[in-house]
Amino acid sequence: MVTVKDLEKRPELFNPGHRACAGCGFPQAVRLVLKASKNPVVVSVATGCLEVTTTVFPQTSWGCSYIHNAFENAAATISGVEAAYRGLKRFGHLTDQKFHFIAFGGDGGTYDIGFQALSGALERGHNFLYVCYDNEAYANTGIQRSGATPKGASTTTTPAGKIGSGKNQFRKDLTAIAAAHRIPYAAQGSITHWKDLVAKAEKGLDVEGPAFLNILAPCRLSWGTAPEETIDLVRHAVDSCFWPLYEVEKGKWKLNYKPREKKSYIEWLKRQRRFRHLFNGRNKELLLELQAEVDRRWEELLEKCGAK
Amino acid sequence: MGSEVLAQKETRYRALSGNEAAAQAMRQIEPVVVAAYPITPQTEIVQLFSNFVSDGLVRTEFVPVESEHSALSAVVGAASSGVRAMTATSSNGLALMFEILNIASGLRLPIVMTVVNRALSAPINIHCDHGDTMGVRDAGWIQLYAENAQETYDNLIQAVRIAEHPAVRLPVMVAVDGFIVSHGIENVEMLDDQTVKTFIGTFQPDFSLLDPDHIVTIGPLVLQDSYFEIKRLQVEAVEAAYQVITEVGLDFEKVSGRCYQLVEEYRMEEAETAVVALGSTAGNFKEVVDQFQARGVPVGLLKLRVFRPFPAEQVRRALARCRAVAVMDRAHSLSGQGGPLFTEVKAALQGTGFPAGSMVNYVYGLGGREITLEMAQRVVEDLQKLAKGSEGDQVLPVNYLGLRE
Repeated sequence: MVTVKDLEKRPELFNPGHRACAGCGFPQAVRLVLKASKNPVVVSVATGCLEVTTTVFPQTSWGCSYIHNAFENAAATISGVEAAYRGLKRFGHLTDQKFHFIAFGGDGGTYDIGFQALSGALERGHNFLYVCYDNEAYANTGIQRSGATPKGASTTTTPAGKIGSGKNQFRKDLTAIAAAHRIPYAAQGSITHWKDLVAKAEKGLDVEGPAFLNILAPCRLSWGTAPEETIDLVRHAVDSCFWPLYEVEKGKWKLNYKPREKKSYIEWLKRQRRFRHLFNGRNKELLLELQAEVDRRWEELLEKCGAK
Repeated sequence: MGSEVLAQKETRYRALSGNEAAAQAMRQIEPVVVAAYPITPQTEIVQLFSNFVSDGLVRTEFVPVESEHSALSAVVGAASSGVRAMTATSSNGLALMFEILNIASGLRLPIVMTVVNRALSAPINIHCDHGDTMGVRDAGWIQLYAENAQETYDNLIQAVRIAEHPAVRLPVMVAVDGFIVSHGIENVEMLDDQTVKTFIGTFQPDFSLLDPDHIVTIGPLVLQDSYFEIKRLQVEAVEAAYQVITEVGLDFEKVSGRCYQLVEEYRMEEAETAVVALGSTAGNFKEVVDQFQARGVPVGLLKLRVFRPFPAEQVRRALARCRAVAVMDRAHSLSGQGGPLFTEVKAALQGTGFPAGSMVNYVYGLGGREITLEMAQRVVEDLQKLAKGSEGDQVLPVNYLGLRE
């Protein structure tokens, strides 16, 4: 496991000065993932907050080579870069030079519009790490629901109203779907558990073939929370078992963290404005249903990991 | 003829379909990356190229992607990595690429793509028309149209030089009529591999994602302060392409003996009426022009090899002596103004004093509807009436050739 001192010594590939909001979750995610790199890095970034806030022409926050192509094709784009690398080696134009290839996308660009390109790239077996910074909504366009939005969340396309109670569906379990591609490595991480996260990024970069890393990265505007709460909210999400930390390495499921005391998911919801309508007295049953689903998925995961 | 000469002949001339000619050109170009997805009638190109990869005839990294959108996205990634990268598609596949077509040209990536023309859905149809490439005519790509398999091969090889020219740095699509050319077998004179390699040279990229000593941010967010200026630079590249396409054509003639310019004027020297056409239909009209000229009718053919950038100057010059012009569109723009080639030719002739009523449009061949020599003859006959300008011999501005009505 790395130490803070180790990380300090490593080059900074994600530089300050970007325009992400105070309290935004993804800068930590990106910075920690890049700290795990040993070789020169090429990143492909999907359209979204990360892209918009870090490359406002003529400035860039990126201390490594970067390409933004479009919204739904970060995985396809990095496939092409990785293919160019392989091709150049076969032509004898590149010999010893090694690279890390990383694609970053938000949950909209990963769970939804970029899902096909991601699935294709995972299936083809390109040597790359896909990192999803999951803030549970289309935050960049003004907080619309995505496949990652939790059930009950009020977004601008699932607004809580006189009848509506926010999003009606449970979120897509993308980490499990990525693992179902039988790729060498898939994992779920968190910016609070940074040693675990850096270790996972290192594994993802070290394996031969595709790797997928899903990181919960709050958007305080979407979630309706104060900037200083971001880290604590993520810790609460992990401790409530809503965002478990686990990895699937060569098909073997492993739980990386089991909270000593499981916290209430309902209490986590209570801290965020997007769930405020669930506490108006009319949604008691829904709250119980949400808690039950988190518990059910957690039990299922424990089973898979042999950690019961 | 000595046996040595015969042997040489045998290696140079080959019976190839348009798709085979395209695949052979790609083999000789040997791009570092090809990413492609199958779609009728382009599929053969992908299959043939896969065989070259599997047999070790090329060192290319072939990426069999899960959609055309990802095909061009991967090619953009590869071209941004400083390598030659190619793809091929048709119809709905090209439509699916639309978003990335504009990104490829906006990022000034010299990608070369074969588009085997096929009608767009709906109704779904697999046969030739130009609705697909005409639908993307303003996506910032240079467009070359091939009349036959030979031109498919020749245009692809030249496309590499055009796209990569430092003054241009724009993607190029080579349009090939689906089935008519893609699946028709012709005698194609191939250059030897080394001649092609020497002709295209090595790619000298401006930047590369795979150059760790010169890191680069490609595709940043550009707002009101610079977007317009960047688009203006793209216009300059398009304007530079006229000269570059011409120069590359002259160089190609030196190695192949075949002459390529922006337009091909066929028997236009004495022509008083002219037909303007793209692609394989130019072949029909060459035959019909010969028939009519044999009878002393002064009709000629203007074939546009290049549609983007539009060779307006060459069109004006070629049609300057004509009294009537028929413009053949294998696409309908559904604009109420006729087909896209018609409106472009009209715009080019604007201000030259050419009477608007002496220019007529024929929309034909949609969804693979055959264009016969008889139909082509009818067009030339209409043109003669139009040139005489006699009352009662009016020809409608927009006509549908070969349509059941």
